[in-house]
Amino acid sequence: MARTITLTVNGAKVTREVESRTLLVQFLREHLELTGTHIGCDTSQCGACVVHVDGRSVKSCTMLAVQADGAAVTTIEGLAAADGTLHPMQAAFREHHGLQCGFCTPGMVMSAIDLAQTHPTLTETAVREGLEGNICRCTGYHNIVKAVLAGAEAMAGRAEAAE
Amino acid sequence: MYDFDYHRPTTIADAVALLAQAEDGRPLAGGQSLIPTLKQRLAKRSDLVDLSAITELRGIRDDGGTLVIGAMTRHAEVAASDLVRSAIPALAATAESVGDAQVRNLGTLGGSIANNDPSADYPAALVGLGATIVTDRRSIAAEDFFTGLFETALAADELVVSVRFPRPDRAAYQKFPNPASRYAVVGVFVAKTGNAVRVAVTGAGAVVFRHSAMEAALTNSFTPAALEPIETPADDFNGDIHASQDYRAHLVKVMAKRAVAALQ
Ligand SMILES: Cc1cc2nc3c(=O)[nH]c(=O)nc-3n(C[C@H](O)[C@H](O)[C@H](O)COP(=O)(O)OP(=O)(O)OC[C@H]3O[C@@H](n4cnc5c(N)ncnc54)[C@H](O)[C@@H]3O)c2cc1C
Ligand code: FES
Ligand code: FES
Repeated sequence: MARTITLTVNGAKVTREVESRTLLVQFLREHLELTGTHIGCDTSQCGACVVHVDGRSVKSCTMLAVQADGAAVTTIEGLAAADGTLHPMQAAFREHHGLQCGFCTPGMVMSAIDLAQTHPTLTETAVREGLEGNICRCTGYHNIVKAVLAGAEAMAGRAEAAE
Repeated sequence: MYDFDYHRPTTIADAVALLAQAEDGRPLAGGQSLIPTLKQRLAKRSDLVDLSAITELRGIRDDGGTLVIGAMTRHAEVAASDLVRSAIPALAATAESVGDAQVRNLGTLGGSIANNDPSADYPAALVGLGATIVTDRRSIAAEDFFTGLFETALAADELVVSVRFPRPDRAAYQKFPNPASRYAVVGVFVAKTGNAVRVAVTGAGAVVFRHSAMEAALTNSFTPAALEPIETPADDFNGDIHASQDYRAHLVKVMAKRAVAALQ
């Protein structure tokens, strides 16, 4: 059954007609052409599809677009500033070589930002546990963990500077 | 995914009415079990009734020493709640052990227990703590609620509204997680209240169960050593590529000993 939904995606209000069964990830990729959010599995386990809905990280392959009606969604495309300046977590992934093929990276970055926001102090163990829902087939995670620790610190620094 | 009609009522009464009218409707909570099965066309539903806009189903409160948690409370909220962490820390730890952060951000208490996966964590906590499930029409003791493999005492149009947890003196949950999903290959919840000890086992059999031999041994002596002589029959256990029946029986003892050791 078709329904009209209105939500905020990366700061812009969008209204679209979707089928009840349309997944949020399909809506983002196919209707809005925001293909930075990836699909890496059909078992809700890989985390390539992670986006923020009302500020918390969720798997967009395991949520219906209609469930996001009225919500604010942020995807990897919504992180960098208008002038192209990367979000501190994105910058940290580049700086610390936290990626190889890059397929898992959008989901990793979105999960990592939520992790940093909900944990005032992060340890290596907390990062490894916090990224339980994100699978990387390339890196062996070592540089991802370094990047997340550095990105979290940069985010905290920016928050302090803003106060 | 087969198509369905989607509804988002704002009251329990409207949700129950929608379910009663639907040809083959189901409540939609966090969707972390329901959506994967629909996606893979393992199930087909005429209607999904999204419970997320029903405020009565949310929240955590203390009711004269009993902890009351609404059905739509997310695992992440239970894990982070100061009230749960101080009243029943083992329950917060159980919620924290579920899946991964993204599953915990959407998955709910009501959805987990209504789904009653044989490897789910909450059923062990509810049976171990002697919790009571409150529905839109009655109250059900946890032991009577979980009836079989993915089966509960709920009627098709019945909603879990909240769960009431009495406070134990001490409790601990230990699980051997599947390395991919984090579901319990075996999980054991141990609770002690006065002299009464309850031991609930998930993951091992078709449905959560109380381990009466372990309960008797621990009532006598609340030590890991008291569990040493107890053998758990493996005949009715799950055996699969993750763990054989005998290995699961072995894990029951190991997890129970760890839980008791954590409470020394
Ligand atoms: C990758 C992954 C890993 C996971 N790991 C674990 C784990 O380690 N341990 C664990 O225990 N679980 C695990 N889960 C399952 C997770 O905890 C789910 O959240 C839970 O099983 C279902 O809760 P939900 O709120 O998502 O319910 P849904 O998926 O929305 O619903 C599940 C079922 O319950 C019914 N239902 C929902 N709410 C109610 C209600 N209030 N009244 C009546 N019926 C209702 C629905 O109709 C449906 O049949 C995992 C899931 C995933 C995807
Ligand atoms: S695509 Fe793999 S978890 Fe969503
Ligand atoms: S960088 Fe290739 S999957 Fe992670």
